[in-house]
Amino acid sequence: MDRRAFLRSTGAAAASAIAAPAVWSPARAQSRQETLLIVSESGPNNLDIHGVGTNVPGYECSWNCYDRLISHEMKSVNGVPYYNRDKYKPELAEDMSIGDMSATFKLRKDAVFQDGTPVTAKDVKWSLDRTVTVGGFPTFQMKAGSLEKPEQFVVVDDRTVRIDFIRKDRLTVPDLAVVVPCVLNSGLVKKNANANDPWGLEYVKQNTAGSGAYRVAKWTPGTEVVFERNDKWTGGPLPKVRRVIWRMVPSAGNRRALLERGDADISYDLPNKDFSELKSNGKLSIVSVPYSNGVQYIGMNVTKPPFDNLKVRQAVAYAIPYQKIMDAVLYGLANPMFGKGEGAPTEVKWPQPSPYLTDMTKAKQLMVEAGYPNGFEVPISFDLGFAVVNEPLCVLVQESLAELGIRTTINKIPGSNWRTELNKKEMPLFTNVFSGWLDYPEYFFFWCYHGQNSVFNTMSYKNPKMDALIDGARQAAATGDKEAYDKDVKGFIDLAFTDIPRIPLFQPYVNVAMQKNVSGYEYWFHRRLDYRALLKG
Amino acid sequence: MRSIVLKRLATAIPSLVGVIVISFLLTRVLPGDTASYFAGPAATPQAIAEVRKQLGLDKSLPEQFARYVVDLAHGDLGNSLTTGQPVVTEIANRLPASGELTLLGLLIALGIAVPLGILAAIREGSWIDHLCRVIVTTGVSLPVFFTGLLLVYLFYFRLGWSPAPLGRLDVFYSAPPQVTGFYLIDSLIARDFETFRAALAQLILPAATLAIFSLAPLARITRGSMLAVMGSDFVRTARASGLTPKTVILTYAFRNAMLPVITTLGMVFSFLLGANVLVEKVFAWPGIGSYAVEALIASDYAPVQGFVLAMALLYVALNLMIDLLYGVIDPRVRLEA
Amino acid sequence: MTALDTTAVEPDARPATGLSATLKHARHVVTGNPITGFSFTLFILLVVCALFGPFLVPYDPLATNTAVALKPPSLHHLMGTDQLGRDLLSRVIVATRLDMAVAVFSVALVFVLGGISGIAAGYFGGWTDRLVGRLSDTIMAFPLFVLAMGIVAALGNTVTNIIIATTIINYPLYVRIARAEANVRRNAGFVQAARLSGNGEIRILLTQILPNILPIMMVQMSLTMGYAILNAAGLSFIGLGVRPPTPEWGIMVAEGAAFIVSGEWWIALFPGLALMLAVFCFNLLGDGLRDIVDPQRRT
Repeated sequence: MDRRAFLRSTGAAAASAIAAPAVWSPARAQSRQETLLIVSESGPNNLDIHGVGTNVPGYECSWNCYDRLISHEMKSVNGVPYYNRDKYKPELAEDMSIGDMSATFKLRKDAVFQDGTPVTAKDVKWSLDRTVTVGGFPTFQMKAGSLEKPEQFVVVDDRTVRIDFIRKDRLTVPDLAVVVPCVLNSGLVKKNANANDPWGLEYVKQNTAGSGAYRVAKWTPGTEVVFERNDKWTGGPLPKVRRVIWRMVPSAGNRRALLERGDADISYDLPNKDFSELKSNGKLSIVSVPYSNGVQYIGMNVTKPPFDNLKVRQAVAYAIPYQKIMDAVLYGLANPMFGKGEGAPTEVKWPQPSPYLTDMTKAKQLMVEAGYPNGFEVPISFDLGFAVVNEPLCVLVQESLAELGIRTTINKIPGSNWRTELNKKEMPLFTNVFSGWLDYPEYFFFWCYHGQNSVFNTMSYKNPKMDALIDGARQAAATGDKEAYDKDVKGFIDLAFTDIPRIPLFQPYVNVAMQKNVSGYEYWFHRRLDYRALLKG
Repeated sequence: MRSIVLKRLATAIPSLVGVIVISFLLTRVLPGDTASYFAGPAATPQAIAEVRKQLGLDKSLPEQFARYVVDLAHGDLGNSLTTGQPVVTEIANRLPASGELTLLGLLIALGIAVPLGILAAIREGSWIDHLCRVIVTTGVSLPVFFTGLLLVYLFYFRLGWSPAPLGRLDVFYSAPPQVTGFYLIDSLIARDFETFRAALAQLILPAATLAIFSLAPLARITRGSMLAVMGSDFVRTARASGLTPKTVILTYAFRNAMLPVITTLGMVFSFLLGANVLVEKVFAWPGIGSYAVEALIASDYAPVQGFVLAMALLYVALNLMIDLLYGVIDPRVRLEA
Repeated sequence: MTALDTTAVEPDARPATGLSATLKHARHVVTGNPITGFSFTLFILLVVCALFGPFLVPYDPLATNTAVALKPPSLHHLMGTDQLGRDLLSRVIVATRLDMAVAVFSVALVFVLGGISGIAAGYFGGWTDRLVGRLSDTIMAFPLFVLAMGIVAALGNTVTNIIIATTIINYPLYVRIARAEANVRRNAGFVQAARLSGNGEIRILLTQILPNILPIMMVQMSLTMGYAILNAAGLSFIGLGVRPPTPEWGIMVAEGAAFIVSGEWWIALFPGLALMLAVFCFNLLGDGLRDIVDPQRRT
């Protein structure tokens, strides 16, 4: 056999297969113009936000495929459209009237589900009943707005729904505009439900059954989701993008490459470093918006030594290399939450910077005062799912704490296990992010610092004074007592800083990289994309 | 022939039972409480207990195992919790993707390794022999994910020769009508050459990555068995009778040297199908390897068990096929059996 | 034809016996085959790095210095610096010890476990053979890398568990080789002689069979060392490697991979190169050892 000839022929065959440019048939070029390609690390595990264990990417499907009674108006923050916490706009409802102990919604006449059946009050009630009955996350989220029982949702007539309040709560109406209270096509879902599954969870997991602007046309779990525009949508101006393809690309390097070569239109989960570089090289448009009501922090379990000692906690707070983290880990794409400055007043807002700054002398002195002149040993844990930020962050913290004699070992905990570990409340030292959908300081503090000890109070912090301040602020908000509210909010923020069970580090940014011809990005509290406003070309 | 098949299958049964038991136990000691994962971020202890009951995780281990075996007997591998789909369908959908990739990788590897091995054997001890050895050893010394990333960087990002690493087909192509599940074959059946080219273009880099890694065992065994065969009497005789070196090498030596190559091929194939995991992750390939990894990380039992079982069955089937193929190539084996 | 004949008969293939002949042959292989010679040199370099690495490095491999983060190779940092400004050269050298340790310990462990049970299976046959055979068949039927992942995920990602996982997935290979070799020798003349002179079976196994199959096992060990390192690297890539900030080649490549597209190629390249060279060295060494011990080549 002539090996040379053989090699040459295979080589040529291989080369021609690689080098030939893709042949676009005209139809494909056309469809490319009307299609938006999104790439991200992971995709949804369930299209139904009421399902068991629906993950965060699943929220994006729900948001775009279903309508809610009301939604938020947009405002502009630093030139980026940003949801307006205080201004609502009707979505399925055309009119909302809020009484003392109830709110009444009138449905739009022209609202129809994607299968053509009209949206009725019955569907709304059935959907809201579903949220408070299925348990798990949706029920919990509704409870945050004092929406707890099916009896609260009353069908007045075919197009009118009344929601009764069980108590005065400032968060009830905002809670109706979050992702959870979406309206499903009850007739269609019931047809596909059975005795074991009265809410049709199995069906809605795989199929979208809403009145929203998009529907999921094809879903290959772990690979891609294809959305098609619902041309019958009447909830707002018809979206410009006809088709959205959302592909999962696990390698961050590949996601960046896809963007830079112009193959993908949007990605929002690149490492900060990539965003900061893409921003400066100007080939793509990059939008950076701080997380609303979100902070990344170092938490310490205050129920166990040594972190039950206030001086130790303060020592750690003075030993964190804050600025190094901002520079080397976040590449400046975050709001610093430290070094408020001497005598600067506490504001009525959250998040805001703590008074702490890196001061090793002070930290060492505090360690001596605390009775740990030689330090101690402790593991520091982080969620492996966010290793890009968490790992270098923990390495820097580890190195800095070593100067105090605090010898740490780094525990990487797989994402699936992270929640279990948080629930156990046994990790002594860890870093984590919390951000609340509802952008109110008392909401954040109720979940993270209140003695009811929710899963987000990862430090197991219990202080009656803190509880009184948080409850006071909630009460004052419900009754509209601004003065008492401001006093209590400042009170709990100050207390959180002096008691320092968790050390705020920074407010992370949502970064979105888009091709230059893509526009219309809107920031939402859930931080996922709203396809309805996006525009290509 | 049938008795060989039955005998082989009978010996495989204990290993399969072992695989089922071990994979069941292993997945149960994975860290992470599946129930609290699926109960959502703010679940109360009661909510977690409810989910646990829903998932049947409140039962004792033997009870869970018994249920698993009964389901298994009905061909039900359970549902994946993370993707929500039945494991059987998911594996069936993803297996062709992995199979096509692995087979093409192996084909490329064979196309390079066998000639290299023969060449090295003919010129044993020469610089060609050494060079072949260095090339194939380098290939097997590179971590596959590293090779994959380098190839993507070079051929997609830098040179732009290769299409975006976005799985089996560019997003604007639709899959050919399913016959075999192999896009290359299906698109040819459908006479859709554009799709064929698109699928091939997507396949080349990941397949090359696998091929680079599997050159060494194939080239090594080809070289070794060629050397052994060429030293044997019948080749000496053939040479002595004045046949051209080409005829001797290709028709006499090569044919006989094939046997060990085929055995190795089977082993390499089953090894690669498992080792695909990393390549699939780099190339966003929707195969079973990436499926198993995601599931393992999420402590999602059913897919891991299903994947392991599928691979074990494949391994058994493959070994059987090799045995039978042996008989075809070398009639003596058949007679002895 | 002629090429074959000259190599088949080696110049110093005199009928010598025992150690001296092996040594002589070893010297011949090392000096006669440039690649094997090269791999021996590389091996010595690796051993030196593993033993004395921490004393050789210019910087503390763990010390961060964010002021010089992501600097390309220069005279100050021959391999550049990583995201936190740590010196890559120092990290690559210090990592040698850990990676070698994973390789050496897992291979030693599998040699003891797999080797002994394989020899026993081959020598005694019967139920021992069946038991060992079933066990190794079962392991073989697993997709090996996923099995390793499962073990490390289940037991926790520590160096010990990575070693255990690597041992388990290599077990069938050792059993197979040891079994085959022992089986061939169980009725060999020298074994029969030992048996006749009243030695117990276990004693024969350890004093007669084991030393005889040691050379073949050595070849396998060298090859699996490389595989063990690759395996550990693969585990690191999917996040099941050692704890940060411990330097380890696989984890460094995995971390550096994210920086390739943005142009910081050195972070992944140098650890990757070190990893490749180590595996390369073990593989070639295995080949070289085979040349030494393979009786067919020693005619």
